[in-house]
Amino acid sequence: MARESAAATVIEGATGPWEMVIGLEVHAQVVSVSKLFSGAPTVFGAEPNTQVSLIDAGFPGMLPVINEVCIAQAVRTGLGLQAQINLHSVFDRKNYFYADLPQGYQISQYLQPIVGMGSMIIDLADGTSRTVGITRLHLEQDAGKSLHDQHPSLSYIDLNRAGIALMEIVSEPDMRSAEEAGAYVKKLRTILRYLGTCDGNMEEGSMRADVNVSVRRPGEPYGTRCEIKNVNSVRYVMQAIEVEARRQIDILEAGGKIAQETRLFDPGRGETRSMRSKEEAHDYRYFPDPDLLPLILDPAFVEALKADLPELPDAKKARFVADYGLSPYDAGVLVADRASADFYEAVAKGRDARLAANWVTGDFFASLNSQGWTIETSPITADHLRELIDLITDGTLSGRLAKEVFEVMVETHQAPGQIVEERGLRQVTDTGAIEAAITAVMGANADKVAQYRSGKDKLFGFFVGQVMKQTEGKANPAAVNELLLTMLKG
Amino acid sequence: MSALTDLSLADALTGLAAKDFSARELATAHVEAVAAASTLNAFVVETPERALADAEASDARRARGEALPLDGIPLAIKDLFCTKGIRTTAASRILGDFTPTYESTVTSQLWRDGAVMLGKLNLDEFAMGSSNETSAFGPVKNPWRRTGDTAVLVPGGSSGGSAAAVAARLCLGATGTDTGGSIRQPAAFTGIVGIKPTYGRCSRWGIVAFASSLDQAGPMTRTVTDAALMLRSMAGHDPKDSTSANRAVPDYTKALTGDVRGLKIGIPKEYRIEGVPAEIGRLWEQGIEWLKAAGAEIREISLPHTSQSLPTYYIVAPAEASSNLARYDGVRFGARQPGRTLPEMYEKTRGAGFGREVRRRILIGTYVLSAGYYDAYYLKAQKVRSLIARDFTEAYKEVDAILAPATPSAAFAAGEKSADPLAMYLNDVFTVTANLAGLPALAVPAGLNSQGLPLGLQVIGRAFDEETVLRIGHVIEKAAAFTARPDNWWRV
Repeated sequence: MARESAAATVIEGATGPWEMVIGLEVHAQVVSVSKLFSGAPTVFGAEPNTQVSLIDAGFPGMLPVINEVCIAQAVRTGLGLQAQINLHSVFDRKNYFYADLPQGYQISQYLQPIVGMGSMIIDLADGTSRTVGITRLHLEQDAGKSLHDQHPSLSYIDLNRAGIALMEIVSEPDMRSAEEAGAYVKKLRTILRYLGTCDGNMEEGSMRADVNVSVRRPGEPYGTRCEIKNVNSVRYVMQAIEVEARRQIDILEAGGKIAQETRLFDPGRGETRSMRSKEEAHDYRYFPDPDLLPLILDPAFVEALKADLPELPDAKKARFVADYGLSPYDAGVLVADRASADFYEAVAKGRDARLAANWVTGDFFASLNSQGWTIETSPITADHLRELIDLITDGTLSGRLAKEVFEVMVETHQAPGQIVEERGLRQVTDTGAIEAAITAVMGANADKVAQYRSGKDKLFGFFVGQVMKQTEGKANPAAVNELLLTMLKG
Repeated sequence: MSALTDLSLADALTGLAAKDFSARELATAHVEAVAAASTLNAFVVETPERALADAEASDARRARGEALPLDGIPLAIKDLFCTKGIRTTAASRILGDFTPTYESTVTSQLWRDGAVMLGKLNLDEFAMGSSNETSAFGPVKNPWRRTGDTAVLVPGGSSGGSAAAVAARLCLGATGTDTGGSIRQPAAFTGIVGIKPTYGRCSRWGIVAFASSLDQAGPMTRTVTDAALMLRSMAGHDPKDSTSANRAVPDYTKALTGDVRGLKIGIPKEYRIEGVPAEIGRLWEQGIEWLKAAGAEIREISLPHTSQSLPTYYIVAPAEASSNLARYDGVRFGARQPGRTLPEMYEKTRGAGFGREVRRRILIGTYVLSAGYYDAYYLKAQKVRSLIARDFTEAYKEVDAILAPATPSAAFAAGEKSADPLAMYLNDVFTVTANLAGLPALAVPAGLNSQGLPLGLQVIGRAFDEETVLRIGHVIEKAAAFTARPDNWWRV
């Protein structure tokens, strides 16, 4: 991957600079009503073992049948990642024993995944962008859940999750810093949410990452990597990378060697711990699942999904910059979430687009944060903001008054027009009224008028303040300025 | 012995239709026969109440003029088919007293068509065996004995209980499953008819899996017509089995025209195997003569990869089995041996639950799929499997069906081969190719050997051309006029 400067991602060790090499395997739960190979529902949070079919529980004679919705979701995701869609793919069995793996194997895709090479652009805080390669995406079944804390000597098994479709999305080892890895996970989550193929709720386990980290001297071949399993937030992904890279550098600088192994991140202690070594790694005995025929996709099926894809964040951002004249930063903030982007477009329609962006990314987002609202639950609607912008544009409200009105909107959930009417927060643009106020102020401050006229220009601000006070802040500031200038001249 | 148990399935249907007897009378006769034949150990579970209830329901339907295609026909089910509310064992201790809450597609279609359930039949554990000696419920005895000899013979396997029950007139037909010959070999050993349909013809849903890419259910009966009748009910597309074929099911009895004139029958030269008894060769020659006489055209063909079939089969089948049997872990159903840790529970449960042959095949299967061995064994076997299938594709450019022996010998004595797995595996030499290629193949009784034991011929057809296979089998059946039957030595 092209990189303008490696300097930013180098870590200084005691013996010189090191570079991190990071690749991610993200497990994303597919949004679907039923499981990958059974009709059991996938709703999160149900009572244990209430969403389990005989297939999920691995009963004798039960057979998997592919859920077409999950296939479509994987293809849509592949298309969203600019990836090759493999019209011929194969489901394999990954064999291992565990109490929450009912069949004794996981149905996955090994040598022939449904999606091949693709790429994704990530945006970094310094305003630069990078392209991260996608190695592949494959479909697989999730396992159940072992509950070890319900009984002193027994483990309980909940199979609700067993058989739910996961997409494993594997990146190339293209990332060079924790920030890049964090940006990758966030961007991937955004794309998945745009596509509606994964809800991206990491706290519910809908998205989990296995993080591969190695370090090397800049320009040298890849070092030995360690895989940190099942990291479940963007923050932890970044923290895990930092502590793991530091651990590896310390070992290497002390003359040691990195052992290839699987590790776990303990956020409480801020460290990674060995889970199993390469020697202890499972031999999964992959082989094509004889219960399922190879998956053959009709090119027309893929084309139809492609034609039906929503506009994705990169395209939307480019359009916001080009069509609305937004800064790349503002556009980036708005498209990070499809609901925000849609909300913004609803507000901006036929209005001053930049003013709309300022209101959405500024006061509106601030209100969501302070009130704990989401775009979906916010009582302040796009129509409210449109109305507010109209009131600003037609001069009814000054910027200051508009902010005041918005505060009332947050409190009362009323429409801005109603607030303006009820509270009389209307800006005064009637030149007669402003002239009258100015006359009154000048009359009361004849001395200051004389001083101003003799060259003390600084007093202009004083007069503005007095006129605004006289009009209870409702006077149109521009009109006040203009009229004051004329009238003070005499 | 009641005459009712001697009827063919087809004749029983005629008799029921003519009100010569009721389904209840027919069921009662069979229930009594089953009860009197416990020496054979053909049944794992007997369901006499269910049989009589089914029969009464059948009589009621017939009285209303709503008779179904198999209405009132007493059948028994290989205990590899899951049956709702009836214990299902796969002849393994590991399933404990597992009682499914569901019914396999094949058996539910038999009940849909009015058949009467007599019980569940013994088999080799998880269908792994060729003599029905690996069952956790003890071996099944072949109803046949050598002339003048009381030595117990094996009925073949793995559908040994099915074969014995049909041959001993305990039921009018039975279901079997065939992974490498498990319908055809026991059918040949017991002088009955068995057909392994094309892979995908019958749904595998609800059948305890042995080797998923090879397993196929089929009927075992005393006549070809009976097999045609039963197969029609068993076959059909099932959306619950992704490997089941979405093709219409013909009325197979219509294929039994007795006319094979102009059909080209292939005789694979590679099936002339050294060490196979001369009487097998003679029977084969006899079969060729019968078909020639009936107007068929005989052609020698070559299936060059035949010698690779057994090694290929004994890699593919155990590999799939090792994975299919992983679910028997004591966690969710079946027998569990407690352990202090999860691995200890697994080891104890599976060690106690699986018999020697099953353990052997799990070990072989695990080995051939292991890192470093996969390419040399499993992948190579899959490639050879494609070559074996291609042999048949090539052959079927020249011929319409293939005639071969069903087994390399007649039934052997209990214990004769159980200590030597390789000798046992050689029993499948003529049958595994049809499984590897997914083709339909029928075993039909064609004569007796010098010791008075039945021998079978095998007809292998094109994929989904069960009709030609049955038609040829029907002609052989007629020509052979096989009327021999075991005497009732087992009856108490």
